[in-house]
Amino acid sequence: MTATSDREQMAYISSQAADARVNVELDTGDMTLNIGPQHPATHGTLRIACQLDGEQVIRAEPMMGYMHRGYEKLCEVRTYPQCTTLINRIDWLGSFANEVPFILAAERLMEVEAPPRAQWIRTILFELSRVANLALFLGDMGVQIGALTPVFFAFRDRERVLNQIEEVTGGRFHPNFDRIGGLKDDIPKGWIEETRSVMVKMRTFCDEMEDLLVGNEIFQARCRGVGVIPPEVALGYGLSGANLRASGVDWDLRRDANPGLAWDQIEWRVWTHPDGDSFARYWVRLQETREATHMVDQLLDGLPSGPIMAKVPRIIKVPAGEAYVSTENPLGEMGYYVVSKGDLGPFRVKIRTPSFNNISIVPWVMKGVYVPDVITILGSLYFILGDIDR
Amino acid sequence: MTDETPPEENVDVDEKREALITSFSEILGEDLVESQLRPNEDLWLRVRSESWQDSIRAVQSAGFEYFGFLSAIDWEIAPEGRYEDTEFDGGLDEEDDEPVEVDSSTGYAGGESRFQILAQFYSLSQQVGVILKTDVGEDMTIDTIRDIFPGADWHERETYEMFGISFRGHPTLQPLYLPTEFEGHPLRKDFPLLARQVKPWPGVVDIEEIPEHLEAQLEAEVMAAFEANGGAS
Repeated sequence: MTATSDREQMAYISSQAADARVNVELDTGDMTLNIGPQHPATHGTLRIACQLDGEQVIRAEPMMGYMHRGYEKLCEVRTYPQCTTLINRIDWLGSFANEVPFILAAERLMEVEAPPRAQWIRTILFELSRVANLALFLGDMGVQIGALTPVFFAFRDRERVLNQIEEVTGGRFHPNFDRIGGLKDDIPKGWIEETRSVMVKMRTFCDEMEDLLVGNEIFQARCRGVGVIPPEVALGYGLSGANLRASGVDWDLRRDANPGLAWDQIEWRVWTHPDGDSFARYWVRLQETREATHMVDQLLDGLPSGPIMAKVPRIIKVPAGEAYVSTENPLGEMGYYVVSKGDLGPFRVKIRTPSFNNISIVPWVMKGVYVPDVITILGSLYFILGDIDR
Repeated sequence: MTDETPPEENVDVDEKREALITSFSEILGEDLVESQLRPNEDLWLRVRSESWQDSIRAVQSAGFEYFGFLSAIDWEIAPEGRYEDTEFDGGLDEEDDEPVEVDSSTGYAGGESRFQILAQFYSLSQQVGVILKTDVGEDMTIDTIRDIFPGADWHERETYEMFGISFRGHPTLQPLYLPTEFEGHPLRKDFPLLARQVKPWPGVVDIEEIPEHLEAQLEAEVMAAFEANGGAS
């Protein structure tokens, strides 16, 4: 056949290709690809066994337990103040935020309320751990798709926030600072001004990330329309935090079920995105980080004076009862179901961690995606291994 | 069914949650065994284990579309004692044994069996959560709810390996965390914590009680120091 025009030639080639597809049955056996246990996208040791048909994932099954430490069992043989040491190590990037719901649950059972100043400082440290935690995500998401620079910016700027947390609590990662009835200590002198300047720097960091990634064409091509989670599916799986808000569900426990911290006394807004894809999850977290810095500024302005500790006995015995308290942690809804029998320690603690539910959607969302997208989706769902395995 | 309000007199009446309890007792009918209301907290409902699936479906269609968690409680008292440290437990027995035994089988919304399943759901439109409980019978089996809330899949697998409770109709009831050859169910109270048997727990609380006359003096000192500070930093 002599081609009279380009168009005819193209039509000929595509018809030949179509024939080939119909006539030749290629033997494409399934292949199992293990992602992890050691992979930068797994934030620890998560293994995902992907069954592949060519480049396409037909089944993805996460395998956990490489880091299962049995915290629910260990809490049963410790006293309440000793439990916070363990709880720090669940989501290790935002550890102060982990302590708060457990302490609030114990306080609810004891009918103790921390004084206002303690509640405000709790809220400040809570939001600071959110900024530190999400800052790492904002940079790390770049690494997942091949941009190395953002993560170095993230590590540099997160350190400033960690320094502020360390200055108050004495620990960068594991503050163990929250006490039943209040806080261990007050904030040091000069800390408020330093924190204000750090918050300005963190806002610059957010702007940098926006310039480097959100506006980047490659980033958009890799993230837009990838791993779309509709809202009703997200709710059924119990997705929470930015993953849920990126699916367009306007729900934030800080606003809707405030368990007593200072969030209802400042001006802020909940960010949502209608798309539900990887890009939306990134965008929502970026806005939340920026919002958190503004929240810290307001909280520092309105910080009330007064004691930081309510009157609690030296040996803490929590009256019998059950309480479920959950808060909006950096990763999502983290809750503790505490059953007490009037003893020095809890009878049973069920730790509801956000990452456990957030990752349980992986088999659903990975079905039919391509191998490179697996990493993008994992990165954008954002989980901490300690938060899954407990 | 019985509606229990907390004994405190100064708590304000929570109309929203009371209305919810009334509507739930209508929807669930005989399936609802007991309920517990505490103002501004999640509702506790205990349903019959035979109608576990139906009750969950009813709760979902009542607008509770967010799945929180599913787990279990073992109400037995651990045979080794709380600290699994015989020396310490021996010293504490006289004081603590009695209150522990008094409510060994209760919990909010009651219960009759050793094991109880509990699951939490949340309604975004009503901004209220509900905790459903059910007793697990002798056969240690309960219907799966993963077809209603897909998120329950892993929670049921975890409950299966940690408590040994089977879920009828769950297709992949395999261990989630533990190695396949692992024997026993770690979160059962009679499963010993090996670390405590190897080495006594160094964190046992043994604070000396402050004598009464010193306690008042100590408190006065603390208050004086606090006021000298101007009450704030």
